[in-house]
Amino acid sequence: MLHVVNKSPYERDSLDTCMGYYQEGDAVLLIEDGVYGALAGGKAVSKLAGKDVSVLGPDMAARGISEEKLADGVKVVDYAGFVDLTVAKDKVQSWL
Amino acid sequence: MPIEVNGKTLETDEEGYLANINDWEPGVADVMAKEDDLELTTEHWDIINFLREYYEEYQIAPAVRVLTKAVGKKLGKDKGNSKYLYGLFPYGPGKQACRYAGLPKPTGCV
Amino acid sequence: MSQVKKFMYVNRRPPYGTIYAWESLEVVLIGAAFEQDVSLAFVDDGVFQLIKGQDTSGIGMKNFSPTYAALGDYDVTKIYVEKESLDERGLSLDDLQHLTYEDEDEDWAEKDSIQLVSRAELATIFAGQDVLFNF
Repeated sequence: MLHVVNKSPYERDSLDTCMGYYQEGDAVLLIEDGVYGALAGGKAVSKLAGKDVSVLGPDMAARGISEEKLADGVKVVDYAGFVDLTVAKDKVQSWL
Repeated sequence: MPIEVNGKTLETDEEGYLANINDWEPGVADVMAKEDDLELTTEHWDIINFLREYYEEYQIAPAVRVLTKAVGKKLGKDKGNSKYLYGLFPYGPGKQACRYAGLPKPTGCV
Repeated sequence: MSQVKKFMYVNRRPPYGTIYAWESLEVVLIGAAFEQDVSLAFVDDGVFQLIKGQDTSGIGMKNFSPTYAALGDYDVTKIYVEKESLDERGLSLDDLQHLTYEDEDEDWAEKDSIQLVSRAELATIFAGQDVLFNF
């Protein structure tokens, strides 16, 4: 399962809820305002520990978040990488 | 109504502002001025270029009050007043000059 | 001249995901024409609006972050950023744009517009306003 989150974890509980359903072999992709969840030193980042987490690069750049600001272990993907993830995981769940 | 500039047809909105800021070229100002029966001088171009630089930096067309103050600082106190600017652009320095410069209508233009 | 009122715009949303941030900025710029005492507060996800180095070329949206630097020209010189909101998000003032204004009363000396305040301090500032707009 690929879990896609597009809401800020500081404003909505989408990320929190989604992580409750995360299983071994799943992946999480943070897009749009969801990318704020991967900020190192942020309160929300603890939820990502030990999970397979990617953020969408163009959405990060738009928001002024550079790779150095991301929590350790978080990967950056471009739009092609987004497609690869959806292909690699048999199902996609978008947590609105 | 679209305008013809150097053989190209450019879209404008209902108030005559360019629909797409990237369509702008100096000929746009010439064509628009001609429609208003206005001859563009160096002084006009100083303001048009100033507006384009302001937009490039801040991504907005300045309100008249802001334009006046900034022109005074950049081009000299004798030019930083509404009398001078309205003399150049009788339809309003904000609206008319921004239109010639290809910018949207000034933010804060009331 | 009517009496000057204290207007504060409270920004709690991140940019781009919704239209709130840009709408707020436009209202502030338009409202600045009325020569009131205007100030801005950035709390919660609103602090993300001021992050420096935003580049929207990859998402096809207008990057309006340079417009915050024009606020000084519009005589908007009091911009409060809440410390707790930055801390929670792993941010510090260094991650934000450096916004300044020129003080007419002091021979156009350049001064910082952004003031870092605590939640308690901001509560006091809220209490001192005549009108508050939330975005």
